[in-house]
Amino acid sequence: MISYKDKLFKGITYVASLFVIVFLFGIIYSIFREGLPLFNVVSIKEFLTSTEWYPTHAEPEFGIYTLLLGSFYVTLGALLIAIPLGLGSAIFISEVASPKLREIAKPVIELLASIPSVVYGLFGMAFLAPLLREWLDLQTGLNIFSSSIILGMMVVPIIASMSEDAISTVPKSLREASFALGATKWETITRVVLPAAKSGIIGSVLLGFGRAIGETMVVLMVSGGSAQIPKSIFDSVRPMTSTIAAEMGETVIGDLHYQSLFAISIVLFIITFITNLITELVFLKRSSR
Amino acid sequence: MVKEQIKTENLNLWFGSNHVLKDVNLTIYEKKITAMIGPSGCGKSTLLRCFNRMNDLIDSTKIKGQVLLHDEDIYAPSAQVTQIRTRIGMVFQKPNPFPKSIYNNVAYGLAIQGKHSKHEISQRVEQSLKDAWLWDEVKDRLHESAFSLSGGQQQRLCIARALANNPEVLLLDEPTSALDPQSTAKIEELCVNLKNQVTILIVTHNIAQAGRISDYTAFMYLGELVEFGPSDQLFTVPKDSRTEAYLTGAFG
Repeated sequence: MISYKDKLFKGITYVASLFVIVFLFGIIYSIFREGLPLFNVVSIKEFLTSTEWYPTHAEPEFGIYTLLLGSFYVTLGALLIAIPLGLGSAIFISEVASPKLREIAKPVIELLASIPSVVYGLFGMAFLAPLLREWLDLQTGLNIFSSSIILGMMVVPIIASMSEDAISTVPKSLREASFALGATKWETITRVVLPAAKSGIIGSVLLGFGRAIGETMVVLMVSGGSAQIPKSIFDSVRPMTSTIAAEMGETVIGDLHYQSLFAISIVLFIITFITNLITELVFLKRSSR
Repeated sequence: MVKEQIKTENLNLWFGSNHVLKDVNLTIYEKKITAMIGPSGCGKSTLLRCFNRMNDLIDSTKIKGQVLLHDEDIYAPSAQVTQIRTRIGMVFQKPNPFPKSIYNNVAYGLAIQGKHSKHEISQRVEQSLKDAWLWDEVKDRLHESAFSLSGGQQQRLCIARALANNPEVLLLDEPTSALDPQSTAKIEELCVNLKNQVTILIVTHNIAQAGRISDYTAFMYLGELVEFGPSDQLFTVPKDSRTEAYLTGAFG
């Protein structure tokens, strides 16, 4: 009987994981199948480097350079905000806060991660953007700056939570060794604790990067949506993700516009795939030490 | 004539409501090895950690009485704890090298002080590694990770790291309890050799080790300093019946 149940259990878990893998490959297969034919018409080089994105014109142009830039700038901005805030909170929670405060602070920061992205988007659109426009006297509050702030707040809990885990697993004995050599708390944190937690911190930043570059709803609502090369952080942009979400409804299945949106998703897929690969390698290195 | 290095006066310590050290009056002599022995939980490690104020790191600690380094009260409000810890170095039970290179482990104490030139630091690193009898084993791989060393080598690296600050006193908290007999013997020899340059205080569970290397021995029991004296006397003719019982293995 036991061996029969054992087999059944094995079978169920096997099928479950097989299903997930099939699903993943199904997604990869379909985006490549739908997206690759575009390159029979547009060269990969032109696709990536041309600044002309006019997919619905009579003579359509499919250059995603401005969309790439848009994604890149909002992601960079988000990380510039989220890394100091996230890492700062992580250090505070694990090294400075009293045990009581720690018990409260960590779940509160992690709560940020549970807010749906559309709610972030609404907040950015309805409150942050008008506020920024008024304060800074801008044409529009929907721009790189406001998207970066909102995206940054979404990435903070990822960086804070994972970095905190990494920092608090640094053994107490290393801190003691540092103190016993005459180091202050600050010196101990910057010279011993953070370097020892380095791989976990880098991993959290890479994961945050993946979260930011793949996020769609927030940038769709807050980035302004104009496919241009931004001249300042207060210009609107049109990241890749929001381009796909905004334009998919206008396409005809199988036409060039349709194919080009899939081609963008290939680019997104490759970027996140490489990021994940690097993250895995960073963690693998840590666990094998 | 032996000079006094550290002296405690009516030292009492509590962790919360737990009275761990009771009226300890102990004198440590300069350039000698003093061993602190006693059963588990007797307070010997806690006493050792009073001398470089490591107990400060535990929030519930309360201390009364004085610890004098020469004539300076290290618990005085004006005392700088980081400076005290450079003057009184410490080596822990388990080797705890930093995840850095061998060189950077030893250079750490000097590097954080920020007042030494590169040249000075590299000279101190070399000297400290020589003093800890590690130089010949690592001189060709100073920039390899400290984790590439064996356990015994790592512990000598920790000794070198403490010596680099040029401390007056070296506190050793059961430094060989995690090591094999050969590495233990090497560190014992090293301690005897080092007492020309630094006062050594060693906490040990190993009575034979205390007998082999120490000049003075302090026996502690239930937070009290029961007996203190030259090791040859304390081991052969203990004055207190509790000391005798412990030495003969009646408890421990």
